[in-house]
Amino acid sequence: MKRFKDSEHLFRLAAVFVVGITLFLILRGLLVPHSFGQYGHYRGKAITEIAALPIAYAGHQVCEGCHTDVQDVKSKGVHKGVACESCHGPLAKHAEDPASVQPEKLDTAKLCVRCHEANVAKPKNFPQVASEDHSGGAACNSCHKPHSPAMNAGGSQ
Amino acid sequence: MQIPVEGFMYPNEVELQWSVLIVLYPFLTGLVAGAFILASLERVFRVEEVKPTYRLALLTALAFLMIAPLPLQLHLGHPERSFEMYLTPHTSSAMAMFGFVYLWYLLAVLVLEIWLDYRRDIVVMSQSTTGWKRLIYRALTLGSSNISERALEIDERAGWLITVIGIPSAFLLHGYVGFIFGSVKANPWWSSPLMPVVFLFSAMVSGIAIVMLLYMFLCWVRDEEIDMRCVDTVAKYLFYTFIVDFSLEMLDLIHRIYEADESFRSLDFMVHSRLYFSHILLQILLGTLAPIGLLALTQVLKLPEGQRKHIYALAGCLTMVGIFAMRWNVVIGGQLFSKSFLGYTTYKMGFVAREGLLTAIILTILPFVILAVLIKFLPPWPEKSTAAISAAASAD
Amino acid sequence: MKMTRRQLLVLLPAAAVAWEHVLAGTPEASPNYDMTEHWWGMLIDITKCIGCGSCVRACQLENHVPDDYFRTWVERYHVTDWEMEYPKVDSPGGGKNGFRPAREEGGKNFFVPKLCNHCADSPCTQVCPVGATFVSPDGVVLVDQKYCLGCRYCVQACPYGCRFINPNTKTANKCTLCYHRITKGLTTACCEVCPTATRQLADLKNPKDPIHEFLKTHSVQVLKPHLATGSKCFYYGLDGAVR
Repeated sequence: MKRFKDSEHLFRLAAVFVVGITLFLILRGLLVPHSFGQYGHYRGKAITEIAALPIAYAGHQVCEGCHTDVQDVKSKGVHKGVACESCHGPLAKHAEDPASVQPEKLDTAKLCVRCHEANVAKPKNFPQVASEDHSGGAACNSCHKPHSPAMNAGGSQ
Repeated sequence: MQIPVEGFMYPNEVELQWSVLIVLYPFLTGLVAGAFILASLERVFRVEEVKPTYRLALLTALAFLMIAPLPLQLHLGHPERSFEMYLTPHTSSAMAMFGFVYLWYLLAVLVLEIWLDYRRDIVVMSQSTTGWKRLIYRALTLGSSNISERALEIDERAGWLITVIGIPSAFLLHGYVGFIFGSVKANPWWSSPLMPVVFLFSAMVSGIAIVMLLYMFLCWVRDEEIDMRCVDTVAKYLFYTFIVDFSLEMLDLIHRIYEADESFRSLDFMVHSRLYFSHILLQILLGTLAPIGLLALTQVLKLPEGQRKHIYALAGCLTMVGIFAMRWNVVIGGQLFSKSFLGYTTYKMGFVAREGLLTAIILTILPFVILAVLIKFLPPWPEKSTAAISAAASAD
Repeated sequence: MKMTRRQLLVLLPAAAVAWEHVLAGTPEASPNYDMTEHWWGMLIDITKCIGCGSCVRACQLENHVPDDYFRTWVERYHVTDWEMEYPKVDSPGGGKNGFRPAREEGGKNFFVPKLCNHCADSPCTQVCPVGATFVSPDGVVLVDQKYCLGCRYCVQACPYGCRFINPNTKTANKCTLCYHRITKGLTTACCEVCPTATRQLADLKNPKDPIHEFLKTHSVQVLKPHLATGSKCFYYGLDGAVR
């Protein structure tokens, strides 16, 4: 067409763009993950991947399922609200296969002060002591039973 | 690596997230937008005086735009995933939308305008050169060798249209970068409706200044006479744009001081201590007030040509320093203070590191290398192209 | 909590089954977990926090958080007199190993645990350029580790400073509200080990949830309410000086 002879180069340019955009759309169709957009603007599979991550803390109900003797004592004492793994560390592996993983022996001289060392920022009614004055560095379980630590609740003397 | 902290910072805030590369990025895109606006002065607003800088401005814009994504790629934790921004862009994210603004500006505005303006020269070169250069020019012609008057007229019209679209596109290009920062409500140093406007005007200042400097430098290198009418006009536009830019920054400052919201005390202290050198000295005094003063001198007094050239060169260089300092103060400054407003951290910039100073220096030099190549292939000098065309014509 | 033999006989096999399921770690979430039935949040009772740092330690162990980065942390505040603008705050090592003993300081002193607020109108998910971070249908803000580019925009956009870039994966990381636990009927690691029940998980879609009940009957606050993030981390007893 003679009419478009002088603007033919613009049509060629347009064709380059069209080819480029088409290639992009094809690439997009191939590369966007399948579960994208399932629940929102993200990969739906990510939710299941995150939900399947391994667990390190078993949770106190699982501990109580086997260690009923300890639970009997603890549930009557002031530590009844303290989860087992709060002191004993993550023990999901132990719950899974008790023989394979043994919980570490805890050093009460270092363990108990984390909560009970006196600090002006702690709530006033929370039991706290200046450990130097209180026990002179002696291990806490030389007087207190960790699972039921109150002295008048049958703690050893 | 222990980072010195003053006061209190949220533990995850101590290490800076965005490095000098992210300072470089708005600096480079700002040059692009500014250079393009200067080019459009001639094309759309018919400011004839600046025609000698027209093609140079376009090539400068292209050179810087091509390098602009590099600092971003080097900064990403997973650059191989950066294409995801085009595959699944999150429309509420300014950063994602910017990917498209960048692509639009590069392909539909800048490359198109350069191609249309240079098409005649490209066709001539494709016929007059030999070897691999000939192949490149032939590819650039897209197979059409029509440079008849009518075809060129159509090119002129199309180019004008592209530039008209290009001006708001250039505004969008750098305004968007400003919006990327200005829309972050968590950061009071950044969060401001003025941010895109300030970024845009400072971009225009830096773009105009760099084209002016390049033009003067290249004329000196090629031993050509500097068109003083052109440079005087460019300097005039630089001066006016600078006034607007400075006014906007002062407006932001005065507003902050007056309202004195909860962040003010912390930010004020930061500017007077950690940012004193880069903000007060480099950005405001050396980088804004000094060049404005120098340019004002040339506007008010009738100075001889030699003095004007020196003043323009000095003002241009100070401007570049000032605008870079502005980007630094925004990006780095915005991360030096705690969002608790109770403390400050320190930016530990490496030298030979992926996001270090050496990388930044190399990335700043690269666009000039690309520009040199572009100038070789697409000479922006009117005399050069005329000579080539007449040489080609006489060779037939 | 007394337990009879009978209860034990019922509970043990149930616990075993539940545990099997917990350890299965199948790619599908628990088959009887329906995302649309939950809307997760957390309640933090400032009046009970003793700054022991158990939560910070547990989170690190449960979620393999790298050293020097924190998915949760504890801050200690010291507010002299009536001036709320200038509290003295510190968080040595995020409070992971507790705080140094402090005796007399005068003024108000208290601990504030912090974590991702799992905002309903989250500013961090708004800015993610690719959709790598998102609010799940059950209200937990998560990061897709396989999709994140590490651009750090979300870290900048979070007003609470709870995000960081994991130096090993080079992607954004933060508290996931132990999503892998709560979808299996467990509580978060931090809530599990908190000795004073300062931190408690809340299901805001469950009318029988006692924490949900607490929120309806007590004065609670969120951090930076003026930013309208829709934070679902509620604080009871939060002083105005807290940032």
